[in-house]
Amino acid sequence: MTTWNIASPIEEDQLAKLHAGDHVSISGIVYTARDAAHKRLVEALKNGLPLPFNLHGQTIYYMGPSPTRSGQIIGSCGPTTSKRMDDFTLKLLSAGLRAMIGKGERSQGVREAIKKYHSVYFVTYGGAGALLAKTVRKAEVVAYPELEAESILRLEVERFPAIVANDIHGRNLFEEQIAKYRRY
Amino acid sequence: MREINAAEISKAVAHLAQKTNFELNDGVLTLIEKALLNEVSPIGCDVLDKLLENARLAKSENTPLCQDCGTAVVFLDIGQDVHIIGDDLYTAIADGVRQGYQEGCLRKSMVKDPFSARTNTEDNTPPTIHTEIVPGEQIKISFMPKGGGSENMSRLVMLKPEAGTQGIINAVTYAVQDAGGNSCPPLIIGLGIGATAEKAMQNAKRSLLRPAGQPNSNPEVAALESQVLESVNKLGVGPLGMGGTVTAMAVHAESRPCHFASLPLAINLQCHSARHGEVTL
Repeated sequence: MTTWNIASPIEEDQLAKLHAGDHVSISGIVYTARDAAHKRLVEALKNGLPLPFNLHGQTIYYMGPSPTRSGQIIGSCGPTTSKRMDDFTLKLLSAGLRAMIGKGERSQGVREAIKKYHSVYFVTYGGAGALLAKTVRKAEVVAYPELEAESILRLEVERFPAIVANDIHGRNLFEEQIAKYRRY
Repeated sequence: MREINAAEISKAVAHLAQKTNFELNDGVLTLIEKALLNEVSPIGCDVLDKLLENARLAKSENTPLCQDCGTAVVFLDIGQDVHIIGDDLYTAIADGVRQGYQEGCLRKSMVKDPFSARTNTEDNTPPTIHTEIVPGEQIKISFMPKGGGSENMSRLVMLKPEAGTQGIINAVTYAVQDAGGNSCPPLIIGLGIGATAEKAMQNAKRSLLRPAGQPNSNPEVAALESQVLESVNKLGVGPLGMGGTVTAMAVHAESRPCHFASLPLAINLQCHSARHGEVTL
């Protein structure tokens, strides 16, 4: 089992070594965005308006945390289903988004765009939000506070665990792994 | 006739909302431990290991097991000899939800106007309430925080009557395959067979209240549960859809009589974070 220590934002020259099934330990900055924030980001791009953060080269984590208890940095913070973001993702990838973290498979369109725009999709542990919270060092709202749990957060993470699902080589973790264990 | 104060009901709901979001029942933990023993995929084992660690942490720190603290689904079994005094019953339950989600720092995920503005209701109300009137003078309150990811993969199939056992097995297997990793497997699969369209779905959801992995008391239904489980676990979907031999940990089916033209099948998928709890007042 390969585990790569990856700094985020991820430099483009780091992508070639990542292969579907590799474990990664991500440290650095990731931005959170769920459905409602994606809708706004894409509307802004369509209207030629500035985005609330510079998307180029960044990592987006599909996550909306539970409220932070006093003394904690963040509440429970596991991934949400990535598929719901697929239609928006194409636009964000073409605008320079480098990496995504979520759960579940992506559409064929997104998988192709990952290869075309030199990006990567990681999956992390769905339903393990209490555990993942331990990797967050800092969390601040950077956009759309009125969306509350769905607002955009800038997280500083340290050794955030994930697995490469779709890489620039066109490999797909889900397809490869499910085929190994399918008995039909 | 026994009197129960609505304030007691609010308090019980507020307590359950928090307890269920912080602690998995022993039955669910046992099923995940068993899954870890049976799983052959290294990635699958890594996932299951992390889920057990997450459950330990959540319980010891009162942090929600999952950031999705769910729609508050409440099942009431009200004894017909009970008289509720004070506030009205459904207001009391909504108050309990409001209080529990606030005190527990649980995520409020409910939005008004589902097809338009989708503004958050700020307190995770309204709950979804299912009421049954039963004999006796007690109230049993069952609380289930139901996450959006697994609920989104629910399905109602109105099968042809002759579809029979194999028709049910096939329909559930297709549904689980389509859901893939989105419903956060390994799953507990709730099935409502028979009755009518709307009742079948309620029965599917209610079956999830059973102690995890407990078979139906009717041997024929229990046999169907085993067959569905075997079929689903041949899919290779595995923990979180990343491949493996344990896609579902249990199947809970409820079967009811139905119209001779119909064979309703409701499928309600429950993610591995199978949270529910009960109190009897």
